[in-house]
Amino acid sequence: MSLTIEEVKHVAMLARIGLTDEEIETLQREFDIIFKHIDTLAELDLEGVEPTSRPLPVLNITRADEIVEPLGIEKALKNAPAREGSAFQVPRIVAAGGDA
Amino acid sequence: MNPVLNGDMTARECVDATYTEIDAHNKEINAFVELTPDLAYAAADEIDARIKAGQKDELGPLAGVPVGFKDNMNLIGSKMTCCSNFLKDFESVYTATAVQRLIDAGTLPIGKTNMDEFAFGSSTETSVFGPTKNPWNLERVPGGSSGGSAAAVAARMVPIALGSDTGGSIRQPGAFTGTVALKPTYSRVSRFGVTGVSSSLDQVGSFATTVKDTALTLNAISGHDRFDTMSAKRDSEDFTAKLDSSVKGLRVAVVKDYLEADGLDPEIKASILAGVAALETQGAQIGEVSLPHSEYAISTYYIIMTAEASSNLARLDGIRYGARAQDTKDVVDLYLRTRAEGFGPETRRRLIMGTYMLSAGHYDKYFDRALRARTLVKQDFEKAFADYDIIVAPTTATTAFEFGAKQDPLTMYLSDRFTVPVNLAGVAALSMPSGLSQEGLPLSIQLISNYYDEATLLQTAAALERSYDFTELPSHVAETTA
Repeated sequence: MSLTIEEVKHVAMLARIGLTDEEIETLQREFDIIFKHIDTLAELDLEGVEPTSRPLPVLNITRADEIVEPLGIEKALKNAPAREGSAFQVPRIVAAGGDA
Repeated sequence: MNPVLNGDMTARECVDATYTEIDAHNKEINAFVELTPDLAYAAADEIDARIKAGQKDELGPLAGVPVGFKDNMNLIGSKMTCCSNFLKDFESVYTATAVQRLIDAGTLPIGKTNMDEFAFGSSTETSVFGPTKNPWNLERVPGGSSGGSAAAVAARMVPIALGSDTGGSIRQPGAFTGTVALKPTYSRVSRFGVTGVSSSLDQVGSFATTVKDTALTLNAISGHDRFDTMSAKRDSEDFTAKLDSSVKGLRVAVVKDYLEADGLDPEIKASILAGVAALETQGAQIGEVSLPHSEYAISTYYIIMTAEASSNLARLDGIRYGARAQDTKDVVDLYLRTRAEGFGPETRRRLIMGTYMLSAGHYDKYFDRALRARTLVKQDFEKAFADYDIIVAPTTATTAFEFGAKQDPLTMYLSDRFTVPVNLAGVAALSMPSGLSQEGLPLSIQLISNYYDEATLLQTAAALERSYDFTELPSHVAETTA
């Protein structure tokens, strides 16, 4: 199936990737070709076939809770795009004066 | 074989020689994106000191061997960029387990190698640092995504390099560059510290010039790691143990549907059949298998891989590390612009596609169906391995293609059709050179083994290595070693 321009825009928004109208159009054309191929999966009879989410049947792996050297503030903040003291600096998410 | 342990040169001289070679050719080939001389010389001095102190016998077989690491692997003292704008300035704050284990084996960390951005690609053309060129022909791609590691080994800059393989990203560049390229069983090698793209498919492996070096590298890097809970808890094994063993009685099957596939280069096919004939002469029992659901593998793979990648790379949001767009008006604008500026076209395409696969109303039609189709692909392999020890297939349908030859994404995706089914099933596979084409490009063969049977995989590869006797070198390497 093909995706409409509106659908591509919507999914790009869900993926939080801001694209120009031109980029959305290119993507829509490319998805057209890719989805035509992917849609061949509809041919397969999957009735009664169990899903495989990973190649090995590993479940509920546990281990002892051993304390190891933590990363530490300096290392954790080393690649931060903006910091203030020992914290990541982020843009305001709550409006000034708001009580939300 | 190992000039440092043989006493032909010190480890420091070995590092000198390696960087001289890289200086001479890297500008053209672009295999390395960062060099780590401080780390390499420090490691070399330690080896030299131990040799001087008479402790040579305590050193392992890889001591003093220069190595390269794909740039999606963390190594303290270097950047880890994934060849993306997003992480262009990212400095590692810890070291990946596989990298650390290879360094602990005494190797000399020479630098980080080029790759497709976030390992999304099959040609290394999506790297923010520009493409790597194929040492055999500079007009051709080295394959990808681990193209830098493949080219570094093919050009003999380093004898061993690590890569990662999600859908063929070790084996396909291995095929294009005439190197021995191993994707171990899913879970055999820890992925801790390696940028995860598709966690149910990703596996770390190696490039080398010989099967023996491949086995020694696997000895060093495999084994359980508490930081990768998926990594297998198995007793350590010596993967070199069976390299000289006869393949007499080994049950080997050719994948009939792959060898009869449209578009398979006749030279590749002939070289594979020659290899199979050589194994038969050495006493292997030869048969045929079919992997009928492989036809759906690319579709299945691109649903699962993009879905997992979209979830994995959601963490790249410009908040805690990496790039952040400036002068944004609110937090959503910050995410939108940071991710648009940070990611190249192929990464954006895959993340958006994966988001679609997981979004409401599409999950059942795509993601859930893909997980069920994956079961069928896996069952094909289980059936084959009930009767056979080793499966023989092409790695790629063609030899290395030209830059820009695969413009539309689907054509590029389809170039992985013989490698992707292996990742979906999680079994082990290796690509190795099987000759040279009339155009002077490496031909290759892919061997596939059952889960955790790398010992037999490497044994078979060693037998083929002796019969193919592939000694050709890229022309600039042949000139300098002549």
